[in-house]
Amino acid sequence: MENLIGLLVASPLLGAGILLTGGKRLDRVGHWLGTLLALVSFALGVALFANMLGKDADDRGLHSHLFTWVPVGGFRADVGFQLDQLSMTFVLLITGVGTLIHIYSIGYMEHDERRRRFFGYLNLFLAAMLLLVLADNYFLLYAGWEGVGLASYLLIGFWQHKPSAATAAKKAFLVNRVGDIGLSVGIMLMFTTFGSFAFADILPKAQEASTTQHATVTGIGFMLLLAACGKSAQVPLQSWLGDAMEGPTPVSALIHAATMVTAGVYLITRSGAIFNAAPDAQTAVVTVGAVTLLFGAIVGCAKDDIKKALAGSTMSQIGYMIMAAGLGPIGYVFAIMHLVTHGFFKAGLFLGAGSVMHGMNDEVDMRRYGGLRKYMPVTFVTFGLGYLAIIGFPGLSGFFSKDKIIEAAFAKGGTEGWILGCCALLGAAITAFYMTRVMIMTFFGEKRWVPDADGHEPHPHESPSSMTIPMIILAFGSVLAGGLFSINSSFVKWLEPVTGHSEGDSPVSAGTVTAGTMVALVIGVGIAWAMYARRSVPAVAPRGSLLTRAARRDLLQDDFNHVVLVRGGEHLTRSLVYLDHSLVDGVVNGTAASVGGLSGRLRKLQNGYVRSYAVSMLGGSAVLVAATLLMRAV
Amino acid sequence: MNPANYLYLSALLFTIGAAGVLIRRNAIVVFMCVELMLNACNLAFVTFSRLHGNLDGQVIAFFTMVVAAAEVVVGLAIIVSIFRSRHSASVDDANLMKL
Repeated sequence: MENLIGLLVASPLLGAGILLTGGKRLDRVGHWLGTLLALVSFALGVALFANMLGKDADDRGLHSHLFTWVPVGGFRADVGFQLDQLSMTFVLLITGVGTLIHIYSIGYMEHDERRRRFFGYLNLFLAAMLLLVLADNYFLLYAGWEGVGLASYLLIGFWQHKPSAATAAKKAFLVNRVGDIGLSVGIMLMFTTFGSFAFADILPKAQEASTTQHATVTGIGFMLLLAACGKSAQVPLQSWLGDAMEGPTPVSALIHAATMVTAGVYLITRSGAIFNAAPDAQTAVVTVGAVTLLFGAIVGCAKDDIKKALAGSTMSQIGYMIMAAGLGPIGYVFAIMHLVTHGFFKAGLFLGAGSVMHGMNDEVDMRRYGGLRKYMPVTFVTFGLGYLAIIGFPGLSGFFSKDKIIEAAFAKGGTEGWILGCCALLGAAITAFYMTRVMIMTFFGEKRWVPDADGHEPHPHESPSSMTIPMIILAFGSVLAGGLFSINSSFVKWLEPVTGHSEGDSPVSAGTVTAGTMVALVIGVGIAWAMYARRSVPAVAPRGSLLTRAARRDLLQDDFNHVVLVRGGEHLTRSLVYLDHSLVDGVVNGTAASVGGLSGRLRKLQNGYVRSYAVSMLGGSAVLVAATLLMRAV
Repeated sequence: MNPANYLYLSALLFTIGAAGVLIRRNAIVVFMCVELMLNACNLAFVTFSRLHGNLDGQVIAFFTMVVAAAEVVVGLAIIVSIFRSRHSASVDDANLMKL
């Protein structure tokens, strides 16, 4: 079975290699090949999953060492794969959702002449993401981490002829670099502290190391958090995700909702032992999570672009996961559980949004939609189920996973627990509000369509079956996953051997939390109903309050970055250049000039006249003789 | 006769030689002035040898003569070759060794 793990990664990698180098002769079969190889990877994942289920809970880890990648003295980086329950969960999510989105893209990208290249990039992404979650050491994980960053860059900028897409790709890449620096510094710190990159060498020793080198372990935790912030679009590195919606919608669904952006949650959960040993870093993690879940939710409320509203929602939901991961052993399992259910319903929502755009001439402004439920019944139902799942409607996926996270937040205990729990409840209410808003503005109310710039009247129609089938399957996932995971706490039992799990001592009972969540849900839906269903939606956005206007501009994140980082950086570099010119160059040039001037004067002594040399010799001898005599006399 | 008189003569000859070296331009004359200085030193050595009653000064005078002979050989050869190439025996004309 171990050998299959390598194939899992190799299959999509092979696809990427063939599709990206094969040239135009593959144009007619490229998308089928890419989908097939993704499906192969999924089939291998299922086979490994079945094999894993057949073993005892404590004996499920598989390990496969391929070769030593960088052997230099004491520095050793291996290419080795580790498949345990945590990796397995990700493998199934990545290959499963990935395959569905490949199928969806066959229909969605049908009219794009660069479809083969698109599938090559998608396969490249799958390979890199699988490498990330299967690596058995941080060095290889970093390779996967950079690989998904590259694939994300290529896919956001896939329509590179649009300047906005090219800029968004660059922005995503650059912001991710900041996080990547955190990861690389973290890995270097781990190597100097533990002398190895392997999870097996580092994680079991983290607790022990924190007693002697507490500051270092905390530093590693902060660096890993920075990395997670970059990749998972958490405050303060969140600004790239909204713009990343410039990419094709399947990309937004796969990379910027279901899988890649959750890599930060994976990193924190995988490095749980380090965070458990560094409480300060954990506090930072929950703070980042709580701030982001409110930040993303508020941004999601104000956006009229359907994809950007969903992007705000993604940011907010990942905030929930990061917060849960920061709670320690009481939260890891629920972070991953929400990650999986979110993978289903958010991918489904994005695919639904893509289907709507497909039928509406690529219009993204929700103020130009309205009443689409009659024209796109399948999209309406699948999107609606995803909507019910994300707001936590009882019985659907989001209800189980989000409720558990809110419970865990209260269970953190003390004032911290109350603050986190209330943030999470408030976030749930806002989630219900903005998702209801999206739902009503898109599918209910009267038609607000207008002809596009070329005068084409939109003719909303249902998408082809290659697009609707993945949406239907994901809708099933959105409905059922949470319930399946919760029967007998099966998901907790499944992940517990890897991440550890403890029931917190919650000051409020589970029933109270559920009731609170329901109240939050009703309030959110009710306000949205009153604002958007009882009244007609204006086709042009009203001016709105100060908060609305700020949220439309992503709560001024770009303005903040511009003023603080861009301007600040400019001023800093300018002053450094000035300092360099005046001080450093001044010292160097001054020394050179004074030496030059002095030697110019000394040079005049070397005039070539023998007699002048003779005078200086005579004078020197006279001085020497006089000095000798004087010394004698004294 | 008072030995100090020899020393006065020696100092006088040395001064004349040194002044000649510094003032005259003709290489041959400068050369002769150098010889004059050397011989003034020889005179002083011999005088001191006589004063102190040992032979050290005389031995050194012989050494000086040997050095002077060697110096004449080399020095005259240089002067002749400079004269051949530059058609002048003036020391001020041979002033190429400068920055």
